[in-house]
Amino acid sequence: MRTLYDKLWDSHVVHVEDDGTALLYIDRHLVHEVTSAQAYEGLRNAGRKPWRVDSVVATADHNTPTTNWDEGLEGVRDKFARLQIETLDANMKEFGAKVYFPYLDKRQGIVHVIGPEQGATLPGMTVVCGDSHTSTHGAFACLAHGIGTSEVEHVLATQCLVTRKMKNMRVNVEGQLARGVTPKDVVLAIIGRIGIAGGTGYAIEYAGSAIRAMSMEGRMTVCNMSIEAGARAGMVGVDDTTIEYLKGRRFAPQGAEWERAVAYWRTLKSDPDAKFEREVTLDAREIRPHVTWGTSPEMVVPVDDAVPDPDKEKDSVRREGMERALQYMGLKPRTPITDIRIDKVFIGSCTNSRIEDLRAAASVVRGRRKASNVKVAMVVPGSGLVKEQAEREGLDRIFRDAGFEWREPGCSMCLGMNPDRLDPGERCASTSNRNFEGRQGAGGRTHLVSPVMAAAAAIAGHFVDIRKW
Amino acid sequence: MVKFTVLNGVVVPLDRANVDTDQIIPKQYLASIKRTGFGEGLFAEWRKDREFVLNQPRFKGATILLARKNFGCGSSREHAPWALMDYGFRCVIAPSFADIFFTNSFKNGFLPVVLREDEVDRLFHECAAFPGFRVVVDLDKQTVAPTDGSFAMRFEIDPFRKYCLLNGLDEIGLTLRHADKIRAFETQRKAQHPWYF
Repeated sequence: MRTLYDKLWDSHVVHVEDDGTALLYIDRHLVHEVTSAQAYEGLRNAGRKPWRVDSVVATADHNTPTTNWDEGLEGVRDKFARLQIETLDANMKEFGAKVYFPYLDKRQGIVHVIGPEQGATLPGMTVVCGDSHTSTHGAFACLAHGIGTSEVEHVLATQCLVTRKMKNMRVNVEGQLARGVTPKDVVLAIIGRIGIAGGTGYAIEYAGSAIRAMSMEGRMTVCNMSIEAGARAGMVGVDDTTIEYLKGRRFAPQGAEWERAVAYWRTLKSDPDAKFEREVTLDAREIRPHVTWGTSPEMVVPVDDAVPDPDKEKDSVRREGMERALQYMGLKPRTPITDIRIDKVFIGSCTNSRIEDLRAAASVVRGRRKASNVKVAMVVPGSGLVKEQAEREGLDRIFRDAGFEWREPGCSMCLGMNPDRLDPGERCASTSNRNFEGRQGAGGRTHLVSPVMAAAAAIAGHFVDIRKW
Repeated sequence: MVKFTVLNGVVVPLDRANVDTDQIIPKQYLASIKRTGFGEGLFAEWRKDREFVLNQPRFKGATILLARKNFGCGSSREHAPWALMDYGFRCVIAPSFADIFFTNSFKNGFLPVVLREDEVDRLFHECAAFPGFRVVVDLDKQTVAPTDGSFAMRFEIDPFRKYCLLNGLDEIGLTLRHADKIRAFETQRKAQHPWYF
């Protein structure tokens, strides 16, 4: 009896060394501008060719500006960013891909948004990308995880990854989520429970009625942040929601092949008596909207709680970590979360920039204005197609009328490689995935929240409990 | 890849847990299409503090970094081991590592060594007690020991990784020895599940 991860693993093993090191076949390789240049350079230097060009789906997303698109490449003011974008263009021309959505293409976007959107992520696949949030694609019952640039080169050259089998962990979320509690809060609660290294060495399967009730967008949000719990891969078994989402997508199979594929995909779930090395269960009804207070995603509390007190922490390494985090964040112990005032709001990233996220945020913002202390509230759709859809629904108008900025797609202020950044000391309510020191800009202070919580904070000027909104 | 055999070097104690790759190399230093030159960005924000351990003259020329648990968490950026190497480090010792950083290190001849928490504690004490404290990291013997040989700590490593590091082997070349197997796998998969191609 096997877990979903066991099945995905077994169906991709090409070769195993005596010590358990395996060659795993890779079906889909997502490529972006920041972690691929050195890999293509390596191929070129060694005189090698990509093994299977049609496994590659590429886009520029990490450093692309979210303004000045009318100026073309001239709009990329940072010359190094521009060189990375141009290098990806050149590598695509030289080596090729199944499909490439270059900067300024209307289907361009965050690599983890466009893969599923195009049906280029299919159940049963192994998916890799030189980006740790590749775990997102596990929502489709894929074995999907981030890799480094040497591995990018290795997969390009051999279609395989040298790796070892991980352990199995299942996280069950049972029951119904309260109004205002979102998949983002679920995954923050999970990280708060198991810690940022709790999933190290594991592949996590998310299960339970609350996960089943989520849309594919919601499941992607949960799987996306697996790496924030230390797990390279997170995944959800196939059900009707998975199949419905994929039907008719550009790269999904059609006709008789679709029927065959669906029959196979329906087997992609853990057997009823499959064994997991670790199992964690959360009661969905107890999960409240979450806000991070520190400089790692495990430093998180429910919104109706307060900033914790390091003096109550017994472990000295942890206590010092908390003290350093509070100092960096400019926060005092025992401050109620709802008393924390913010300077900027970022709604976007591979965690929360899909149409459902934008709809939810817009529903909070509709007919209101952002608070005067909020200098910038920025909405960055996950892809050109998400942006188009949102505009068809009039969401851009709702945001603009409320004083929000409506930007072009990309990773944007999640990591601040483009011009969208926090200034030192600025405090941000962000729907992204990492609150590390300087992540959104040197000296910037990030609080991770859901899209509705970010939207409400923009209106109020401080965090509010969305359940009372 | 450069070989790793025996390393005798000064140890820098970085007494922090959960050091993430955004700290190891902040994003403003990622804007390059080369593998070299990232040393300048290593711990760039922390180095602005004059008291930061890398700024202390007693650790000048160090090649071994000592840290607390879950070193290298966060972003998959291989620029993290590149920056450590470019700065002069060849090895980092910690009680645990994040998976992606751990894997990336081996691809670059950079050795992450896992020791028990109490052993790491002991090394922190030695660093504090003896200025210029050095250890010898012997990959073949799988040991970390002070240069006077007064004690030795054993570490584990996957045999395949050890073999590649000791010999400085090109992993792609090794994998391509199995090219026939990969092709056979692919042919079978294409017949069985054509929608993935």
